[in-house]
Amino acid sequence: MTTRREFLKTGLAGAALLNVAACSRPSENGGRTMVLSAVIPVMLAGALPAGDEARQELVVRTVAGVDRAIAGLSLATQKEIGELFDLLAFPLTRMLAAGVWSSWPDATPEAIGNFLESWRHSRFDLLKSGYAALHDLIFGAWYARPDTWAAIAYPGPPEVK
Amino acid sequence: MRDPFREGLATGWKHIDASQLIDNPTFEADVVIVGSGAGGGVTAEILTAAGLKVVIVEEGPLRTSSDFHMREAEAYPDLYQESAARKTADKAINILQGRCVGGSTTVNWTSSFRTPPTTLNWWQSAHGLKRLSVEAMAPWFAAMEHRLHVGLWPLPPNENNAALARGAAKLGIPVAVIPRNVKLCWNLGYCGMGCPTNAKQSMLLTTIPAALTNGATLISRLRAERLEFSGRRAVSLTGTALKPDGLHPSGITVTLRARHFVLSGGAINSPALLMRSAATDPHGLLGKRTFLHPTLISSGLFDQPIRAFSGAPQSIYSDHFLDSVAIDGPLGYKLEVPPLHPVLFSTTLQGWGEAHARLMREFAHSQTTLALVRDGFNPDSRGGQVRLRDDGSAVLDYPLNATYWEAARRALLTMAEIQFAAGARWVTPVHETSPGYTSWAEAKRGLAELPLAPLVCRVVSAHVMGGCAMGDAPEHGVVDDEGRHFQIENLSVHDGSLFPTSIGANPQLSIYGLVARNASLLAAALTGQPKPAIL
Repeated sequence: MTTRREFLKTGLAGAALLNVAACSRPSENGGRTMVLSAVIPVMLAGALPAGDEARQELVVRTVAGVDRAIAGLSLATQKEIGELFDLLAFPLTRMLAAGVWSSWPDATPEAIGNFLESWRHSRFDLLKSGYAALHDLIFGAWYARPDTWAAIAYPGPPEVK
Repeated sequence: MRDPFREGLATGWKHIDASQLIDNPTFEADVVIVGSGAGGGVTAEILTAAGLKVVIVEEGPLRTSSDFHMREAEAYPDLYQESAARKTADKAINILQGRCVGGSTTVNWTSSFRTPPTTLNWWQSAHGLKRLSVEAMAPWFAAMEHRLHVGLWPLPPNENNAALARGAAKLGIPVAVIPRNVKLCWNLGYCGMGCPTNAKQSMLLTTIPAALTNGATLISRLRAERLEFSGRRAVSLTGTALKPDGLHPSGITVTLRARHFVLSGGAINSPALLMRSAATDPHGLLGKRTFLHPTLISSGLFDQPIRAFSGAPQSIYSDHFLDSVAIDGPLGYKLEVPPLHPVLFSTTLQGWGEAHARLMREFAHSQTTLALVRDGFNPDSRGGQVRLRDDGSAVLDYPLNATYWEAARRALLTMAEIQFAAGARWVTPVHETSPGYTSWAEAKRGLAELPLAPLVCRVVSAHVMGGCAMGDAPEHGVVDDEGRHFQIENLSVHDGSLFPTSIGANPQLSIYGLVARNASLLAAALTGQPKPAIL
């Protein structure tokens, strides 16, 4: 099976590029937050309420929820998720692998939507699984919170005494 | 609400939370059991009742009914392997497995089926397991059904299950009521997050308390790292204590010595422990033929409320598409439904943005059906293989091949037809390119053409089986039909990894029954007492 790293070395961006992405570890130092802050409003369009201030606050809370979810994954999976966000946060691999040409804060919803669709329907399993990871982390963090349940008519757990 | 486990602890049960240890202790016992789920729990009760000194090692935390708040955000990280996000190596199959005291029995949906006669007959004829006949196993299943209060669910099914029954009836497909291991069940629907009312007769409430009352020691938050061997015998087990986060080693190591070791860590972790220990595997069978009942999902929207989050999660099933095909022919499938809760449903459902939000707004009107594909009987259905990552953790490779996808397409068609017959106005498989369908005629055309591939069509599993399979000879299995390892004389496997194929039904009662038999035989062998009368 081709691992993400082998795949990138041979198929996409070249060893030098990947090594730069890996060495600079952009997913740490706020890179992951930057990627998520851009992707979350697009993934959650239709679920996030309108109105700038409330919306921004909910995005911040969802980023924190994703952080918590990642912290509960196995250490091996956390490492893979780290590589995914390295790839997305590092400018050259963001452009080449995700097709997002502007920085994440400047990327339009259309560009981010195109990125999500291109990975979702990619011919490479690796990119499909990268999309699935973003999908599951973001929706999981969003619908874990009781304040999102009214919109889907979920009453929440009953009381047990 | 009472918390019987905490009451038991107050009476002096021996429980050690390894995350709190500050030195490196050594334990001596007659038997060390790795894992506290279906296999470990039953083994612990039977061995302690025979007077043996037992230590139970559990990687997960001890959580009891007063900790069960019916919140996905707490339950998945706390009670499940890898936060309920364990996946096959290619990420194409999501695997739900428990990781807590009681193992998967603490979080399962309580469906309790005996091993189907077709499966036992196949094991006799194709795998040489002559002693595991339907007649020979019946008393063991009966004993465990009695022990765990298994009975047909007496209340009307919730609407999620009722839709399966209604649609199937319209099409002339037989369905039946599911037996459940519950007592005074409140019919809430939150079994997957730990039963808050002590109704589910899981290991947490039955066999583990019995073993602790009999003097067993339970060590939680301790990862079984490596067995040490001397000649043909296992002499000790090294355990790595975890921090309270359940992930990082605390730096404390626990040594466990015993006359006999029983592996009950489940069908991914048990073979992985033997692999990490470099256990002898002369025929290359360890960790091979791991089965999942790889499961397809079909979601339908109804005008009336379904409220699939409420009420006993699984109460209706159909075996029609297992019973109407040759067991080793094109793969058959069992039909059931899952409970739906916001995290599980939203992460499973395809799409993003407005399309996803629109489906979520109809959450309470969503009916979801599952097809559990019976793997391991057709010669082209060889299951997966457990291997170790660089850090020693376990991962399962499970390729989904053409034989599987042929069955998957039939299963998606069946489910859509039943859902429309039940009154659905819209049906879609959980699939990245399915547009969804508004009639059975449209679905029939669309599903015939739908591309089916890993990571395009969603596949899930809650049943992991095989990897330390029973065989009639060392060339055919890792262990014999009593679970005794062929090469390591004081080591047994007592969990779902025993099975040489999948079960073709939710596996908990298959584990309980077979392990009750094998633990009874082991107790007789270790104590010199007579073998159990019902053999």
